[in-house]
Amino acid sequence: MADFEVPELKETLDIPKYVDGVMAHSAPYTAKAEFQEALGFPGELPENWQQVALEKMTDLRTRYRSFQVYLDICVKCGACTDKCHYYIGTADPKNMPVARQDLLRKVYRRYFTFAGKYFPKLVGAVDLTKEVLDDWYSYYHQCSQCRRCSVYCPYGIDTAEISMAAREIMDSISIGQKYCNEILGKVFVIGNNLGLPQRALADTLEGLEEEVEEDTGVAVKFPLDQKGAEILLVPPSADFFAEPHVDGLIGYAKVFHEAGASWTMSSYASEAGNFGMFIGSYEVMQKAALRIRKAAIDLGVKRIIFGECGHAWRVAYAFLNTLAGPFDFLDPRYPVPQHICEYTYDLIQKNRLKFNKSENDHMTLTFHDSCNVARATRMGDKPGGQFDIPRAIIKAACNNYVDMPADTIGEATFCCAGGGGILTDDLMEIRVKGALPRMQALKTVSVEDGVTHMAAICAICKSQFTKVIPYYGFTMDQIVSVHQLVSNALVLTGATGENDSSENDEGNTEKE
Amino acid sequence: MSALSVSYAILFYFAFAILVGGLFHKIRQYWRTPTPLKIATTPAPVTQTGVILRMASEIVLFSSLFKSNKWIWIFGWMFHVSLLLIVLRHFRYFVDNTSIIWFWVPLVQPFGVYAAFTMIIGLTGLLARRILVDRVRYISSPSDYLMLLLLISIASSGAMMKFVSHTDIVSVKAFFSGLMTFNFQPLPGDPLLLIHLGLVATLMIIFPISKLLHAPGIFFSPTRNQIDNPREKRHLAPWAAELEAEKAK
Repeated sequence: MADFEVPELKETLDIPKYVDGVMAHSAPYTAKAEFQEALGFPGELPENWQQVALEKMTDLRTRYRSFQVYLDICVKCGACTDKCHYYIGTADPKNMPVARQDLLRKVYRRYFTFAGKYFPKLVGAVDLTKEVLDDWYSYYHQCSQCRRCSVYCPYGIDTAEISMAAREIMDSISIGQKYCNEILGKVFVIGNNLGLPQRALADTLEGLEEEVEEDTGVAVKFPLDQKGAEILLVPPSADFFAEPHVDGLIGYAKVFHEAGASWTMSSYASEAGNFGMFIGSYEVMQKAALRIRKAAIDLGVKRIIFGECGHAWRVAYAFLNTLAGPFDFLDPRYPVPQHICEYTYDLIQKNRLKFNKSENDHMTLTFHDSCNVARATRMGDKPGGQFDIPRAIIKAACNNYVDMPADTIGEATFCCAGGGGILTDDLMEIRVKGALPRMQALKTVSVEDGVTHMAAICAICKSQFTKVIPYYGFTMDQIVSVHQLVSNALVLTGATGENDSSENDEGNTEKE
Repeated sequence: MSALSVSYAILFYFAFAILVGGLFHKIRQYWRTPTPLKIATTPAPVTQTGVILRMASEIVLFSSLFKSNKWIWIFGWMFHVSLLLIVLRHFRYFVDNTSIIWFWVPLVQPFGVYAAFTMIIGLTGLLARRILVDRVRYISSPSDYLMLLLLISIASSGAMMKFVSHTDIVSVKAFFSGLMTFNFQPLPGDPLLLIHLGLVATLMIIFPISKLLHAPGIFFSPTRNQIDNPREKRHLAPWAAELEAEKAK
């Protein structure tokens, strides 16, 4: 099945002894010059690439406090060394968070610190050579920017910040990753990561309407580009067709239907994801984020709601107001933006949704906390709402729910190993190996509690898991969307029109 | 004044200048560098008070490290608390015992004495981990070992002056008071004392050019010190605002 060794699931998760260089061969395809140039990066390696790279490093050090501080303050205590899923899955020591940071830090020290300039051997400082650059490319694409290490660092050093900076530095000398940068090209030309044009979207949504009506006898709408709608829903584009993502999209539509909400999607901003974050570029990320602002203005909506996608929710929750705000043209009673889970949860709290939980009785569920949602965002008013709200939704829709072990969920959650721009076939080995800790946890609850399915709220998690869990002896249909569970159990009260009168008071928490 | 006293006087002025000047430079650099995005590690406090509590628990209790690794936590915390007690104890060399701020100095003395042992135990534990745990050994540079050895040597030489071979601490106090008031007094030529003071001066000099910057740096760590309120309050760095203004043109 694979041309590499798939890690074995044992009784417990072991922290391996390190094996030098075992993943040094892993590197994604590089982006062609035309894609680099389209994003404003050079297409060819400049002759003085070292100098350009170092200048970029200085530029980033003066623009990002996180980068400067984190380069300086690591004490090499070792607290993070056993926390990265890629280290646990590969045993390559450069996949220990501190060692990954050090790939950049040792160059920073060499050129920008007294000790590194005059006593390089003493502090482990090295020149920026081609070999170092190759290591950067390899190992900064073995980081999913999941921030698990930052939870455990006594100073909160976030390897994601370092790996984003490293990718931006590499882009500044033409070395970009094919997967991320070509996808960003599609967003800017077509409007979504998958390159689905307006026509294709409209067809897909029409097909979904027919399918749902056939299934339920109720005409649930999937509106696209509907001016004057109240809510703009921005789903990750995988929701339009991938499994199990699309079942989640059907779930959102049913929830909106039940709430009697007036909503629409946009073909111009048909992508919740924002790979600009993965490559660390504020400018690229902002350009993608501004599409959502423009769509909201053009359609005249009053609220923006994001679909199930982890990094998208980070960009939406934590960055959107910064990148594309202020959103003073939207209804001030609601937070901007909202997560679909917040929306559904509020309706549940208000008893506006009726569930027939037995529809999900053939499953025993567990929930995978997506890394970006868990450690970089919030849902609701209270810290930790990002853990409670999705679980509350699942429990409202299902009778059988069990959590995975406590040290693998919540803020301690293990990344699916496909985040941060790693979700590409040319990185399959690192994707499979990095999934080990999550697979181990899933196995534990499968064996001990009879868990049959794992729900997720992230397009990348869903795509990654459906692809890698067969390597560990599970089947791909064991991964479900949270709103798929909602879709299964939600009792649709009637045909369209019945709820029109409630259009103006559809349930939701007002902003506090 | 002996040449020895003069050279130690110069050494301490130099070390003090590097420590203060270097820290000032780095703190100013951290202070001035913007944080363009909200990157608090969540769940994070949603109020300023909450952030202060979070930072306090990191700084006083090393709460993240506690979550992470109990061995590093116990040794690291033991070392840092001991260091604090020892530094407080050493105020007796810098505070005039007739001044009104003297009152607390005698109170901390007994704690400072025994802290020497816990400091050495903590540091030795950290050094042992650095040597014995393969992952920690992998990430260690020579400077990481030397830093621990330096601190162990400072603690041991200090403890030896207390428990083995006393030095003339009244003269030591006179020497340091003299440095502060430019009324120079001789330093006793005790080898243990000279080693101890030489190592302390070394520590002061390398402080602002080494990983010891974690001490001021943690206060500037955005993942820990940001309020989790990006939806409620628009966060905009000056350079991002400029970028926006340029685009609007």
